[in-house]
Amino acid sequence: MAKKKKDDINFAPRGRGTEKDGAVQKGVDLPKPTKKKHKSLGLTEDNLKAMYEQMYLQRRFEERAMQQYQKGKFGGFLHLYIGQEAVSTGTVFALNDDDDIITAYRDHGWGLCRGITANEGMAELFGKKTGCSKGKGGSMHFAKTENHFWGGYGIVGGHIPIGGGLAFANKYNQNGRISATFFGDGAVDQGALHETFNIANLWGLPAIFAVENNGYSMGTAARRHTVTEIVDRAKAYGMKSKVVNGMDVFSVYEAMKEVSEEVRENSEPYFLEIRTYRYRGHSMSDPQKYRTKEELDEYQKIDPIERLKTYLKDNKIMKDEEIQEIEDKVEQEVLDAVEFADNSDFPDESELYDDMFAEEEPYFHN
Amino acid sequence: MAELQFREAIREAIDEEMAREEKVFIMGEEVAEYNGAYKVTEGLLDKYGYKRVIDTPISELGFSGIGVGAAMNGLRPIVEFMTFNFAVLAADQIINHASKAGYMTGGQITMPIVFRGANASAGQLGATHSVAFDSMYAHFPGLKVIYTSEPDDAKGLLKSAIRDDNPVLFMESEQMYGMKGEVSEEEDYIIPIGKGKVKREGSDVTVVAHGKMYHVAKQAAAQLEKDGVDVEIIDPRTVKPLDLPLIVESIKKTNRCVVVDEAHPFAGFAAEIGFLIQREAFDYLDAPVQRVTLPDVNAPFAKNLLDAWLPSPKNVIDAVNQVTYRN
Repeated sequence: MAKKKKDDINFAPRGRGTEKDGAVQKGVDLPKPTKKKHKSLGLTEDNLKAMYEQMYLQRRFEERAMQQYQKGKFGGFLHLYIGQEAVSTGTVFALNDDDDIITAYRDHGWGLCRGITANEGMAELFGKKTGCSKGKGGSMHFAKTENHFWGGYGIVGGHIPIGGGLAFANKYNQNGRISATFFGDGAVDQGALHETFNIANLWGLPAIFAVENNGYSMGTAARRHTVTEIVDRAKAYGMKSKVVNGMDVFSVYEAMKEVSEEVRENSEPYFLEIRTYRYRGHSMSDPQKYRTKEELDEYQKIDPIERLKTYLKDNKIMKDEEIQEIEDKVEQEVLDAVEFADNSDFPDESELYDDMFAEEEPYFHN
Repeated sequence: MAELQFREAIREAIDEEMAREEKVFIMGEEVAEYNGAYKVTEGLLDKYGYKRVIDTPISELGFSGIGVGAAMNGLRPIVEFMTFNFAVLAADQIINHASKAGYMTGGQITMPIVFRGANASAGQLGATHSVAFDSMYAHFPGLKVIYTSEPDDAKGLLKSAIRDDNPVLFMESEQMYGMKGEVSEEEDYIIPIGKGKVKREGSDVTVVAHGKMYHVAKQAAAQLEKDGVDVEIIDPRTVKPLDLPLIVESIKKTNRCVVVDEAHPFAGFAAEIGFLIQREAFDYLDAPVQRVTLPDVNAPFAKNLLDAWLPSPKNVIDAVNQVTYRN
């Protein structure tokens, strides 16, 4: 191989593997999904129906949200979770209801899964006082702390230590709860992750840290923004780790069930790289020139919702009509949510100063 | 009254609050086995054990964030920074998370957390160990900022800070840890956050000074007294919420004001106080408000340059002479 000439020097990401510089690289390679059937995973038919309804709700909620955004019903950012629904759903079904979940700004699916109603979620997107965060947070800051969903956070990686802190408090109180912290692949390059991993293992925090590797940190393919396999971050900190197929809700469920039991039992942190794919852009303004149509098509062929639907039918758990019934119900729920959001009031101007401080009559500098 | 070192007063506050409330714990670099980089936490590990007195790695961002998460989830952390100069690495947690999580979730989260440690310069430590951060943090909504000058204030206010359900930054000084002062022996001694104190009564000029600068102002006042100038010193103690009425009351009496601040001049505490005085007490002023601050220059190492850099009693005297037209 010829020596590179001086003028060849550049600082474009080298990527990994055999790809050539400048070529659009596939975001992630998926590991094989679990072969287990629902019964051997401990899931009932009712569980599966509920999972299907939940995933379909997340999908339709966001598709309708996108429409409303395009109609100018609300502003701000809108980061869609579409394609990744198996991750939230598999996780929430596997964890205990009082385990603490925290995530980044791609948070709608997580909120819905943890009991934010379609009404509360849509109203929050619209910035209405009936929203889950009273219109103070918007798309990036869904939260329902009474259900142990601590919210979506907007600074990439900033909530990773906070997830560690949730686990710290659980260990301190010996309450048997664990925390699960989710973030995108872009966050694995932040110092916050590395500091937290080190401390989490040092102190034996009962915490799951899970990257939802959807292949792209905004417009930069995972292979172009980070060196080595993401899952190997765990090795440097002596943490156990696993790669999971995030396009299959059974695989996520199986991994989360096992890992959460281990984390709870041993009070130690665990790192999961859940490989998934987002169908939409990073946010609504993203022209998506960094990936090919073919790549998107390839993932849509293994859509997690379609996959579960096929399983339900093939295993004679639900008939077409029953599935249609769920879908119609969800569709109505989402349409009603749009109407609810539209008809709700904006927060009163007097609420501008509310929720800043814990006390009744706080001081505001002026 | 008991005579205590500053560090002992802080330790008493932490100790009393830890004894009172199981949810209170302290973490930071060298706080446990080393007994505190400045011996503030001496003996606490022996008393409370490894669950509640926790050594951290040098990971300000990481352990501050763990503190924030623990506060959200029901505990009352005291996060010690060896100095607030190192807390710059944790600013994301303080500014982007601790101060905002409650608001952006519509009040679903409460954040009872204290970030404390040494602030500002401490001799020849060079440019990165010498910055006063109280004004900077006071800029951000949702944070309370305390920087006390005497052990008694420190004890009463730190106990309030630990009981507060909001994020509070409590600032100290390496150079004051050994300083002794009378501390109230009142049981459960509490000073409310946001209340300043007239530390020296006078009639000719109001000098506003907090933290280490209070002692600079005090020395200047002693000199000026010999010259027949009667200085009133107001120590706000809490930077935010600011006890503005106390300052305004004093200016109504003296009609002149000098603000002494350990931070750089641009958009700092002194700038803010200057603005507030012109708004609230314009008609009472007999001279423009003057300020004594650090220059708009990084901290130098060389002793002579450092002395020129740090506000001195002479700088305060010059400013007082200016507002009293004595020069």
